[in-house]
Amino acid sequence: MNNRLKILRAERDWSQGDLADRLEVSRQSVNAIETGRYDPSLPLAFRIAEMFGLSIEEVFESPSRRKSGAI
Amino acid sequence: MAYYRSPAIRRYMIRLIVLVSLYLVTLFTAVMMFKAQAVSGVPAVILAILPALPIIGVFWAVMRFLIEEPDEFMRMLLVRQCLVATGFCLTIMTVWEFLQNFDILPPGNGGFGAAFFWFIGLGFGALYNKLTVGTAGCA
Repeated sequence: MNNRLKILRAERDWSQGDLADRLEVSRQSVNAIETGRYDPSLPLAFRIAEMFGLSIEEVFESPSRRKSGAI
Repeated sequence: MAYYRSPAIRRYMIRLIVLVSLYLVTLFTAVMMFKAQAVSGVPAVILAILPALPIIGVFWAVMRFLIEEPDEFMRMLLVRQCLVATGFCLTIMTVWEFLQNFDILPPGNGGFGAAFFWFIGLGFGALYNKLTVGTAGCA
């Protein structure tokens, strides 16, 4: 699932490890989510979005809307 | 690169070390006593089962880790490893059994049981994780 994690991290000057510590997950988790190799559960996606003070849709790109060309 | 070491992973590692040590001790004891023909009857049955218990304990430790680990990505990696390990083990054992059923291979397993192939399968599972999601996991 495409997302804006890398950009959002860069804006705050956070490393993957910094974000992982704040989310209380492994750095590998952050890397896998950021690179689109792992889709987080809904609770974790909410935690990530809330960490940046954004809604889920502002962090993660809806795969179905992307497919239909809406995004 | 800093490796992720949650309390659940630390507990899992400690359990593994204890169980593998127990396995070596019980196996060594059983082999020595059977070689010396020191046991028979019910004590022999108990002694023969003894080395299996730490191996069963390893399965328990894996399942406890899946319950205790808070990181969902780490849990997923281990579940994938276990699925690969189970598939690998069942495949090897099924083929081996049929080869024995049709007398292509002699009976017996030379000490290499299902658990041995399951543990080898965990290694293949880690490799599969590394190739598909970029990290092997922690088990």
